[in-house]
Amino acid sequence: MSDAANDSAAPDFTSLTEHVRSFAAEGHVLQAGFIKSEPVLVLAEGEIVIGERRVAPHEDAGILVAAFDGDCIISGGDDGRVMRTLASGESETLGHEKGKWIDALAAKGGAVAWATGKKVSARDAKGVTKSIDMPSTPVGLCFLPKGYRLVMSQYGGAALWFPNTDAAPENLEWKGAHLDITVSPDGRFIVTSMQENALHGWRLADHKDMRMTGYPSKTRCFSWSHDGDWLATSGADAAIVWPFEDKDGPMGKAPKELGVRSAKVSSVAFHPKALVLAIGYDDSCILMCRLTDAAELLVRRASRLEGKVTALAWDKGGKHLLFGTEGGAAGVLTLP
Amino acid sequence: MSDKIPVTVLTGYLGAGKTTLLNRILTEQHGKKYAVIVNEFGEVGIDNDLVVGADEEVFEMNNGCICCTVRGDLIRIIEGLMKRRGKFDAIIVETTGLADPAPVAQTFFVDEDVAAKSRLDAVVTVVDAKWLAERLKDAPEAKNQIAFADVILVNKTDLVSPEALADVEKQIRAINPYAKLHRTVKSEIDLDKVLGRNAFDLDRILDLAPDFLDESGAHHHHDDDMQSVSFTAGEVDPEKFMPWINEFTQLEGPKILRSKGILAFKDEPRRFVFQGVHMILDGDLQRPWRDDEKRQSKIVFIGRDLDRAAIKKAFEACLV
Repeated sequence: MSDAANDSAAPDFTSLTEHVRSFAAEGHVLQAGFIKSEPVLVLAEGEIVIGERRVAPHEDAGILVAAFDGDCIISGGDDGRVMRTLASGESETLGHEKGKWIDALAAKGGAVAWATGKKVSARDAKGVTKSIDMPSTPVGLCFLPKGYRLVMSQYGGAALWFPNTDAAPENLEWKGAHLDITVSPDGRFIVTSMQENALHGWRLADHKDMRMTGYPSKTRCFSWSHDGDWLATSGADAAIVWPFEDKDGPMGKAPKELGVRSAKVSSVAFHPKALVLAIGYDDSCILMCRLTDAAELLVRRASRLEGKVTALAWDKGGKHLLFGTEGGAAGVLTLP
Repeated sequence: MSDKIPVTVLTGYLGAGKTTLLNRILTEQHGKKYAVIVNEFGEVGIDNDLVVGADEEVFEMNNGCICCTVRGDLIRIIEGLMKRRGKFDAIIVETTGLADPAPVAQTFFVDEDVAAKSRLDAVVTVVDAKWLAERLKDAPEAKNQIAFADVILVNKTDLVSPEALADVEKQIRAINPYAKLHRTVKSEIDLDKVLGRNAFDLDRILDLAPDFLDESGAHHHHDDDMQSVSFTAGEVDPEKFMPWINEFTQLEGPKILRSKGILAFKDEPRRFVFQGVHMILDGDLQRPWRDDEKRQSKIVFIGRDLDRAAIKKAFEACLV
């Protein structure tokens, strides 16, 4: 089904809505992605929708966090399990923390890391799991692009950990509560979102601090451009896009604001090949914006009933954009 | 407001009967499902309810306000629960016996995501009738829990004499004269006296403390370091009162645990009602004063080392 019927009612945007195939996810969409060419949605209620099939790797439990890794979906549930689900729908248990919630998750090249409370565990591609107790609960985990090294957000900064060594984690300090964490594709910069509606960044080489402020609410979604030069973020009435191409990152530079609307951006996803950003809002609207000239295309019209856009993902070729909302709406845009 | 999930915070010193009350709430037939945030697993466990372990991680907000603390784990857990909100009707947060209730309460006002989806219903404190007097001497947390409470269960009343019970209640009243007080044995109580209280709803502040505006209710209570001070007066000038109450709570916030007030503003037909936790204030104009009501203003602060004379002077300077 498409939303194209009333297209003429929105003349101010060039619209792609007729190229969207909508379907019902039936539940809060946590994460979206593609495995080969099949759209995959992870639902908070516990189901994973792979194309037309639905599987429940956590049985009756809910899924709290999920990540895509190659052709697999890694999910962490409120049953304390970390599961790997294949495109076939088969799944295996990678970790089990009895009676705990899996609070954070990261995956890269077969390696998986998860956090339960203050304990962080990392399981390498061979299946060897190492654990460490942190001084506070990490909300965000991310693997560095090179080597087997994990970066973790924590209260008062972030920490870098080599799971296969006995060395204590290296601390990056900055006062405050740090939430989600991301690493630039070239591994030069680490960025966290903070409880205080700001971002904090460190240049890994010398731990130089970067402060990115001005958000009216918390940033809970990041996306790096394909060339690694730009970081798009949620949390404002526009997608805030910071320049990272220089050696000093965004210091002393203003960010770009894309897709300014009177609704809050809840999700962002850069196109895998072009400087084009998909932007999802808390009123369920989705726009596509070009970074160079801020030109906008409408992907999905606002609809308060369906809740905020909680997941956006492009396929590898950049021909399809998959989305899901808090209220359980979902769809795939196929670029004409 | 109504579609926000109500959250009840259960506090009480170790052994007072908190877990007994929690198990009562979970086992009684009431047709409601609860998500329960606990600190110790094992003592609570009901198949139909979601039980989540918490770490009691207190975050200082980096906003220059030293008493502005929130519970980081609570923010994270509530965010997770809200993705499955069809699974439960209400949330109960059980704190450890040593916990300060302030960061828990403040989380519901400071974190916008939590505030958008849930609301603090009441702070319920269970105290041990037999041991409270001892606890008040050696544990500042016990005092905080009483000062913060909207509902207090004086539990294990079967273990003390009527005189001793009266004495305990007097001690509680010296710290917090405004909470609803219930005498219980084995934490047995009608659950509607504990749940669904709307204690932080500005509309309800009067209903909960019927003698709140009653002049005769202004006794002198005294505890060594924790007091409640209250003042009653006529109409106040909002141009003077608002700057003062903001400045006063900013400066004295660390000492003020709870504050409440109902004010008759000059030329304003509606009542102004406010309530606060430390430095965080929430206030609004509510329903009009009724014809049979006396237009008078009353403010109450519960806190430590409050300078009664100075507050009185400052408040009186706001009068019309």
